[in-house]
Amino acid sequence: MEQYYGYFLYLLSLLTMGGIYAVLTLGLNVQWGFTGLFNAGIAGFFAVGAYVQAILTTPIYARHLGGYEWPIPLAMLAAMALSAVVGYGVAKICIRLRADYLAIATIGIAEIIRLVFKNEGWATNGPRGISQIPKAFEDLPQPWNTLAFVAMVLAIVMVIYLALERARTAPWGRVMTAIRENEAAAAAAGKNVERFRLESFVIGSALMGLGGALMAQYLKQIDPQVSDPLTATFLVFVMLIAGGSANNKGAILGAMLMWTVWSATEILTSRLPDEFAIRSAYVRIFLIGLILQFILQRRPQGILPERRPKPHPRLRGDRAPAANTGSTKQ
Amino acid sequence: MMAFLNFYLIPGVVLGCIYALGAIGISLTFGILRFSNFAHGDTMTLGVYITLSLVQFSGLHPLLVAPLAMVLTTGIVLGLDRTFYKPFRTSPAIMLVIASFGLMLMIRSVIQFFWGVQLQALQTGIQMPLEALLPVRFSENHLLIIGATVLLMMAVHLVLTRTKIGKAMRATSDNPELAALTGIDTEVVIRATWAMGASLAVAAGVFLGLDTHVETMMGFKLLLPMFAAAILGGIGKPYGAVAGGLVIGIAEELSAYPWIGTTPLLSPGYKGGVAFAIMVAMLIWKPQGLFRGRQF
Repeated sequence: MEQYYGYFLYLLSLLTMGGIYAVLTLGLNVQWGFTGLFNAGIAGFFAVGAYVQAILTTPIYARHLGGYEWPIPLAMLAAMALSAVVGYGVAKICIRLRADYLAIATIGIAEIIRLVFKNEGWATNGPRGISQIPKAFEDLPQPWNTLAFVAMVLAIVMVIYLALERARTAPWGRVMTAIRENEAAAAAAGKNVERFRLESFVIGSALMGLGGALMAQYLKQIDPQVSDPLTATFLVFVMLIAGGSANNKGAILGAMLMWTVWSATEILTSRLPDEFAIRSAYVRIFLIGLILQFILQRRPQGILPERRPKPHPRLRGDRAPAANTGSTKQ
Repeated sequence: MMAFLNFYLIPGVVLGCIYALGAIGISLTFGILRFSNFAHGDTMTLGVYITLSLVQFSGLHPLLVAPLAMVLTTGIVLGLDRTFYKPFRTSPAIMLVIASFGLMLMIRSVIQFFWGVQLQALQTGIQMPLEALLPVRFSENHLLIIGATVLLMMAVHLVLTRTKIGKAMRATSDNPELAALTGIDTEVVIRATWAMGASLAVAAGVFLGLDTHVETMMGFKLLLPMFAAAILGGIGKPYGAVAGGLVIGIAEELSAYPWIGTTPLLSPGYKGGVAFAIMVAMLIWKPQGLFRGRQF
């Protein structure tokens, strides 16, 4: 019985982390999947969200800014808002750049954000980070606190999913697809390309901030390592590409699946002797990289490929509906 | 004044040389394969670790074994190109960017697996400034780095202007369709690009290793300044990349000089941000770079 309880708790932790990564992956899906904006600085927006959550909710402590003790939901909204503001600033400058340049610019921004959190010790306690971050429902008895937190994370994922599905099939989402597929044509159709891309980038950044705020609560402590480009940016990209870019279900599936792979390999390798256990962490990264390369070459559309919304009934007329552009060639 | 020269300008020039060598590879890959290669920094790290092993094995000076490391690294990079980049030759550039992003972490994890993550040194002992040049503080390594950089630049210049393959590379960089029409074999040009980029990256990495130390993140830390140098100089323009590298290296070091009052103008912790700020400014106002490179 004891053993099953352990499995149960492990399953809950998988769902929690998978859910938090699903929030990040859905955020990236708005930017990369819908609109084709290659944001290589996920880690930066994630860190902004995590630090806002930490600073606003922790009790007063001499080594860092704090003592505001905001209620957790309010702090999460603030984390989203500040990430969105940072995203707006970044987008205002970089959104016109070609995909590669945007990637370089955003990876640079993530590095600068990391430098700020590392160097501004008065606010963030520098490399030592912030601990004792309050977590939602932690006052409930075990295991109800864990269960309630999982439920909250999954409910947030569900709400985001429904909202993004609505956005995807709405005219807004169709304009995004148009911009991604053919920017010039979208502009010629009278769409303000820059404005739409800006909106997409800001919404994605806000979701990444929310992911950071959830992670800060779950881990209860953060330091500048949270914006490590590896775990934050790379893993999220692999999740989205594996699950299926531009498919919201795919984004969630990819996050859950890749997190399970990531976590399960950790359990396997931690059983090895110490000497290998430390080094095997690098084997895991290599493996994730290899999975990415395999998917890119063999199944670039991911496990769940993109499904375009059906055209409006009035517009269907004589032509057969092109539900999936990939299958129009017979 | 002497302090300015010794502690800001000379390190800036040395750093600039290192950035310049690395940026040539980025600029050429950008111009010829038409994608920004995120794995370039970690290719450099790989070359440095191969050099380190050769030094430990042979006991020779790092600069003596570096050419062998360049050859080995080139071989590995050509293998990686075949496996991971070749399938995407006709795909949108972003596929190559994602592939290189993944490769960057794969190369690094291999290095961390085999060599470990602790700091290592290419050379033992402390470098003293050369007495003959005092009060200008120039260490032997600084002179070696600057001298070897000048030699390598001259070699690059000769290859690009005097040899058939160099001319083909420049033609492909200027206009790939036209170059292919005149009968230039694109695959040969691509291989030459990788060879040149990887060799220069290894040289840059070894110089950095001589100047500081060897660690697994060294290449990644150089990635942003190298991109900045390539963009500043104009994409696809190797000479521009050299100028860009020197400007970025010197600007980074001078940013910490107490220009106003006695405190550093910019806290040294933010040195890494200088390259980035220059790059973003260029991308917004002058995306073709100082030397009129290709504008995407």
